[in-house]
Amino acid sequence: MALIGPSGAGKSTLLNVIAGFFPPVSGRVLWDGQDITNLPPAQRKCGILFQDNNLFPHFTAKRNVGLGIRPDLRLSAEDHQEVARALDRVGLTGLGGRKPAQLSGGQQVRVALARVLVQRKPLVLLDEPFAALGPALKAEMLDLVQALMTETGATLLMVSHDPLDAQRIAPETILVADGRASAPCDTKTLLATPPEALRRYLGT
Amino acid sequence: MKYLALATGLFAATTAVAETPTLTIYTYDSFVSDWGPGPAVEEAFEKTCECDLKFVGTGDGASLLARLRLEGANTDADIVLGLDTGLTAAASETGLFAPHSVSAEYDLPIAWDDPLFVPFDWGYFAFVAEAGFDAPTNFRDLAASDTTIVIQDPRSSTPGLGLLMWVKTAYGDEAKDIWAGLSDNIVTVTKGWSEAYGLFLEGEADMALSYTTSPAYHIIAEDDDSKAAVPFDEGHYMQIEVAGKLAGTDQPELADKFLSFVTGEEFQSIVPTTNWMYPAVMPQGGLPDAFGTLIKPEKSLLVPADEADEVRDRALEEWLRALSR
Amino acid sequence: MAARAVAINRAGGGGPGLIAAAFVAAVILGPVAAVLWRAGGGGWPGPADWAALRFTLTQATLSALISVALAIPAARALARRRFAGRRILITALGAPFILPVIVAVLGLLAVFGRSGALNTVLYAAGLPTMQIYGLHGVVLAHVFFNLPLATRIILQGWQSIPAERFRLTASLGMNAGQVMRHLEWPMLRAVIPGALMVIFAICLSSFAVALTLGGGPSATTVELAIYQAFRFDFDLGRAAVLACIQLSIVTVAAILALRVAQSGGFGAGLDRSLRRFDAETPALRLLDAGVLLLVALFLLTPMAAIVMRGGAALLDLPGAVWRAAGISLAVAGASMALTLALALPMALAALKRPMIEAVGLLGIAASPLVIGVGLFVLINPWTNPMLLALPVTALVNAVMALPFALRVMTPQLIDINSEFGNLCDSLGMSPRDRLRLVVLPRLRRQLGFAAGLAAALSIGDLGVIALFADPEIATLPLQILRLMGAYRMADAAGAGLLLLVLSLSVFWLLDQGGRADSDA
Repeated sequence: MALIGPSGAGKSTLLNVIAGFFPPVSGRVLWDGQDITNLPPAQRKCGILFQDNNLFPHFTAKRNVGLGIRPDLRLSAEDHQEVARALDRVGLTGLGGRKPAQLSGGQQVRVALARVLVQRKPLVLLDEPFAALGPALKAEMLDLVQALMTETGATLLMVSHDPLDAQRIAPETILVADGRASAPCDTKTLLATPPEALRRYLGT
Repeated sequence: MKYLALATGLFAATTAVAETPTLTIYTYDSFVSDWGPGPAVEEAFEKTCECDLKFVGTGDGASLLARLRLEGANTDADIVLGLDTGLTAAASETGLFAPHSVSAEYDLPIAWDDPLFVPFDWGYFAFVAEAGFDAPTNFRDLAASDTTIVIQDPRSSTPGLGLLMWVKTAYGDEAKDIWAGLSDNIVTVTKGWSEAYGLFLEGEADMALSYTTSPAYHIIAEDDDSKAAVPFDEGHYMQIEVAGKLAGTDQPELADKFLSFVTGEEFQSIVPTTNWMYPAVMPQGGLPDAFGTLIKPEKSLLVPADEADEVRDRALEEWLRALSR
Repeated sequence: MAARAVAINRAGGGGPGLIAAAFVAAVILGPVAAVLWRAGGGGWPGPADWAALRFTLTQATLSALISVALAIPAARALARRRFAGRRILITALGAPFILPVIVAVLGLLAVFGRSGALNTVLYAAGLPTMQIYGLHGVVLAHVFFNLPLATRIILQGWQSIPAERFRLTASLGMNAGQVMRHLEWPMLRAVIPGALMVIFAICLSSFAVALTLGGGPSATTVELAIYQAFRFDFDLGRAAVLACIQLSIVTVAAILALRVAQSGGFGAGLDRSLRRFDAETPALRLLDAGVLLLVALFLLTPMAAIVMRGGAALLDLPGAVWRAAGISLAVAGASMALTLALALPMALAALKRPMIEAVGLLGIAASPLVIGVGLFVLINPWTNPMLLALPVTALVNAVMALPFALRVMTPQLIDINSEFGNLCDSLGMSPRDRLRLVVLPRLRRQLGFAAGLAAALSIGDLGVIALFADPEIATLPLQILRLMGAYRMADAAGAGLLLLVLSLSVFWLLDQGGRADSDA
């Protein structure tokens, strides 16, 4: 599912409220019918990728991924295997010993994705983590995300300002504009017959 | 590890205490330093007393008295060594000291009959200059000359206080005019003796306030006879340093023994070349030759101990007023 | 922002920070209260004390203003120039700050004194000679001590401006004046109040420098008035009240400064090389070179004098001096560990409550005499204070170094918090893990710098040991005083040089240790 809308509309705010970084001014956050409004971020069922600062620069890729399994980094042999598998899956075989500064932008995103993978959360939130990547690389990452989501059966909620991103991997889209989020609609239908707020945003 | 070592050291020290009695002596810091009389005195006394002599150093004479007042009757000290005649009256008033039973042939310029305190060394305050410097020979001439001096603040230093009393005893009511006249000769006023003497050696002033015995250090230790004390014809103010026994001591006999030791041969022969003062009792071997070259003031000035406080407060006020302008 | 501050705060919790702050306040205020209690009440200061207060405020204000005013061009020159030996110059410039007063004063007089180098040159040139003693001498000495600190604080401010901003101004074709107005002035406005505050606080408790170079009793400071009240009049009540006045002035100054200064402390900075297109005119190059040359001359010639005076005696110093050096190093080690142990939780807690820094600042302005006497009064009923001489010295030295450690660490913690706070939250890191895995590794440079400064300051500081002295365990500064008291000025100069070398080496090692393989 994608969240699209003009900048400043409140997309990231919505994501942060779901993830638990800001308390909502009013209202509640429900998950499976349970009220999780006051739950700290780590106890919620979601993994998240931020716009930047997804990796600790002083840790190797392996340890950055390992944090997703055990935040105290006391990893068992099994955990290490799982980290290695996750790195293989995102295409970073053999690069686990490098620190973020020795990896390219795309590789850094892959490390962060590997961590989301080992966290095994049913909901994955993406706060425009690919914004700094070129179009081809971004498309590649989106496809990787989609593949991973299909494999793990997790739900994806991504923020984007680009309707093409939504079209590429999100069957449903929520339009956020003027501080209001509309109900999810089918992405193709929405883009084919955009409402007034979306037309203004798209400039069509 | 360091602290563990320290802790075991302390533990060892306490167990040692149980076996031999300890005599605790409060004194000023430079007495106990490696270059002062402390180490030699400790060794000499411990040979005869079968006890542990423990020195505790605190700043200078005045800080010593302040510390004693802080601790009051609970003090650990058995002996206080290093007060001078400017402080003995205040020290007596605390009621903490006990009479001594020492009698000796004192080699002091004045008669000594204080029932509480035993003198151990003495000296004259004097300005020290380069030998051959054409120095004024009294405070009036000094004030009229363009000779520069460094002195110590009487509020933080014993020699500084000595100078204050010197001018006051020599000039009485005229002292404030002398200070007003001296104000353009004074390069600066320092916290303690070391700073003033250091500035003099660096060439910051023609003369520094010190002792008539200071040149003896340079002759004996450095083989340098380029420093000389300047004789003043008003006479020179004296400092007599004393030791006393605490009334609350838990080692009264040992303390008496130490006070006798203080006026004895061994102690008195250590003092001249470690504390650089005159011995209170002349040792048999006499003084080192270098002491023979020192100036001998014709007139000794000293305010009686019981008047010291009053004179001091008035003199300080005059001094502050004359120099703050 | 408040919600974010909570995030890293979980790394230490607010609790330990508040406990540390309360402990520091107790170490400073407890002794003052003990002295008051022992005196049975306060004593009202006399007219001479008020005159001392006026002089103290005047000299501290002037010293702070002039140090900072001179530090701005010096820091700017260091920030926008790269040259061989720049790092060594920055470290060497810090030397005056960690010297014992009397060693530094003698070095200063070798240059500015009556028969010093400057007057020799002036005399030879037939010009009127200069008289150092007076208010201007006091200020000159305080500037000598504090200019390096001010320069360092402001330099870190410059380094905290992201390189991208300077690239942006370059691409917009701004000249140096416009860069100053749009980029550097806002940074300076944030950094200068903190620098003024720290230096003002340091100068407030000055005593020996002010008296020696002030030229007479008109240069009486509050600390000297306290000294007089204690050892001359034995008026403990008046001593304690004067100490309280001193502390209140610092507290007010600290609160004012912390209000004005938002963040911008002197984080150890990345010190990345940066090309400054706006400053590449010949006139500005000349200006910066001139500024650096003058500052280096001003700070380093007295240092050179200390090296020359002490060099001859350095190699055959008495064994007692080497022993004292060993003791000083041990005390410095303990003091450094204690500084970090107090500063880290306090800096973490200061993310939420910035005023905690004001507690730290009390340490440098507190009267060492009153603290010493108060601790003595507190310890004496329980045990012989002499037995605790070294631990107490380490503790007091640690508290004195605390404000500098806090200034270094707080801005970097704010950055760590805003960059990684959410990530830590989403991973569910426990407070311990945050500290171990994120805060400590990301704070290494600042920890190294703070550790180096704390250790160096401790080596050079006489502290309270003079009041607790034991003949067996003198520290190096105390041994220097003793050497001077025993006429051994040459040995004292040698020991002073040894102290300078030790302090600078320890600082250099710890500061470099914090940088080593911190490739992030």
